[in-house]
Amino acid sequence: MSNPPTELLPTATNKSGVRAAGRPQAGGRTGVARILLSRDTVMIYALVAFVTYAALFIPRFAGPVSTGFLLLDVIPALLIALPMTLVIITGEIDLSVASIAGLTSALMGVLWAAGLDIGVVLTLSLLAGVLAGAFNGLLVAVLGLPSLAVTIGTLALFRGLALVVIGDNAVANFPPELTSFFTSKLGGTGIPTVMIGVVIVAVFFGVLLHFTPFGRGLFALGYSKEAATFVGIKVMRAKFWLYVASGSVSALAGIYWTLRYSSARSDNASGLELTVIAAVLLGGVSIFGGKGSIPGAIAGVLLIGTINFTLRLNRISDVVLIIVTGSLLIASVVAPSIIEGISKWRHTRRHRRQLPQASALGETRATASGVQERK
Amino acid sequence: MEFIRPTKTRRTRRLFAFAAVAASVALVASGCASGNNAGTGAGGEGDLSITFIPKQLNNPYTDVVLGGGKDGATAAGFTGVEVVGPLEASASSQVSFINAETQAGTNVIVIAANDPDAVGPALEEARAAGAKIVAFDSDTNPKYRDVFISQVVAKDVALIQVKLISEQIGGSGEIAILSATANATNQNEWIKFIEDELASNPDYANITLVSKVYGDDDDTKSFQEAQGLMQAYPNLKGIISPTTVGIAATARYLSTSNYKGKVALTGLGLPNEMRPFVKDGTVTAFALWDPAQLGYVAAFAGKALADGTITGAEGDTFTAGDLGERTVGTDGLVIVGPPTTFTADNIDDYDF
Repeated sequence: MSNPPTELLPTATNKSGVRAAGRPQAGGRTGVARILLSRDTVMIYALVAFVTYAALFIPRFAGPVSTGFLLLDVIPALLIALPMTLVIITGEIDLSVASIAGLTSALMGVLWAAGLDIGVVLTLSLLAGVLAGAFNGLLVAVLGLPSLAVTIGTLALFRGLALVVIGDNAVANFPPELTSFFTSKLGGTGIPTVMIGVVIVAVFFGVLLHFTPFGRGLFALGYSKEAATFVGIKVMRAKFWLYVASGSVSALAGIYWTLRYSSARSDNASGLELTVIAAVLLGGVSIFGGKGSIPGAIAGVLLIGTINFTLRLNRISDVVLIIVTGSLLIASVVAPSIIEGISKWRHTRRHRRQLPQASALGETRATASGVQERK
Repeated sequence: MEFIRPTKTRRTRRLFAFAAVAASVALVASGCASGNNAGTGAGGEGDLSITFIPKQLNNPYTDVVLGGGKDGATAAGFTGVEVVGPLEASASSQVSFINAETQAGTNVIVIAANDPDAVGPALEEARAAGAKIVAFDSDTNPKYRDVFISQVVAKDVALIQVKLISEQIGGSGEIAILSATANATNQNEWIKFIEDELASNPDYANITLVSKVYGDDDDTKSFQEAQGLMQAYPNLKGIISPTTVGIAATARYLSTSNYKGKVALTGLGLPNEMRPFVKDGTVTAFALWDPAQLGYVAAFAGKALADGTITGAEGDTFTAGDLGERTVGTDGLVIVGPPTTFTADNIDDYDF
């Protein structure tokens, strides 16, 4: 047991090599270079660069007021992006998150209007999210149905239930202490008080994904479900709990949404699932599973949120925003393929030069030397 | 339990990444905190800015209101006139726009609220930063604004629609309402008055309201809802659509279906959009006020508030440019004028 298992590490013994393991951009690099050039880190650079640019050149951007408004705006997406990252890493998807948030909001409104204690209201609403997530989990993980189909179904189902629960009404008379707490800031920093909770949730998911055997298992699961099963990862259980987590966090986002806007309605958070998924993918999480990180996803959400905010600050229409978001997403998906294509082309060209008489034998030797380079 | 263990490089990589994200969060958080507290952008005496926040952009009716608003704002002497707003008329979508205006230090915010309460906290922050709030078209909770500019008395709007539909269906039969969103403040108020009037006025005793459907001010959805009504209620004799998007979509459906001329349609529509349907006989008469006047009066009310000539108290009066004097009623209510009925005879006199 002294050697770490190497099944999924790019080594010479792994015949299919780096590409099959799904880490093309990391291939050939080691140590610091690899950290500094990884897809997730690049997103963080992009975020830092954009924030710096905005702070320097966009009037009124630099200041605690921006911080407050910006973070208040992105918190729901930020929260949901965390479990969404884990779900997408396993190669699944959860499209019902915004509907769960809407259902939670509707339920909160009705329970509060019925005169229940706010503590009970919050607990029951959260529980509704847990159950909604468990329902998804049951269908996807236990019954093995495709998550895309299941969660498109529950997207409609939960939103429909929200309408059944609260109808056309809106409940707005939540306790003012509570609603003002949800928009309050930490001293003069402009950081919303609720960010403390968000950071705790983020650290939880970050540690879970990157520093626990469970989290590493999720990557393995995303690469290959069969292989993961053979290595001893409990696929069904892992997926089930991810959907429960996704449901619970969506409920938190729903509760936040309701209290921040002090309005419980059935259409709250509608369309949020696409914002979240776009941000997560932009943050370097692969839609095919097996790749991604929590810091990357957070950077993706914050980048879209900041672009959004600066456009609004300059009174540029939302039409531009959706075009920018769409283009960024396409670029983020296409760029790695182009980079991979270029490096492949350079790789072949280099070997052509080294071995001008390329033949069947030469091809084998080229592969061998390629492997050596990666070592 | 053989799980994959991290190698040293990978763990370092993660740590690096965490550190990087922490740093960037801190950067966003502090916003490179270079002082500059609340927005005090375009302040200054005699240099007033006004921003209109409609329910949503790219709505033909809203465009006319905003056109009048811009004219009014220029005439009233505002130097900065802006229009911002969400693409979707959802409850919470306006909040970030209000926040951006607060930051910009805008003097007057004119808003048509998608939800009377959801915009409340943001408007309170804007007021705390010194902005005057004028609600128009669709009211906020009265405690969050200074005045509310209403097109007309809500009851008059409801009554004229009931009167028109009754005339068109001969005073008896089943009718339905095709509204905007289920939560729309003004539509719901009119619908309530319509229901009250149908129930209480003996002239309308034979008219039954069989259904209320919501097209969400979306053309396609409204079209489909109209289609659905016809299938669900074969005896339907008339539809009231108290929204310009709804009435246009319904008219389009009716004009291409067998129901043309058999099912009456009235409500609130824009003359330019409704002209072909009035000419081809799908619609006999519908009503509306001149929406441009709404924006116009709102701009002058904003100017009067910003100058301090009115406070929004009952009995305050201000001059709305060419339209003459307007008085603030109870709860800060300002009425623009009575609704107009459009028929084949007069529709060509209007261009909006």
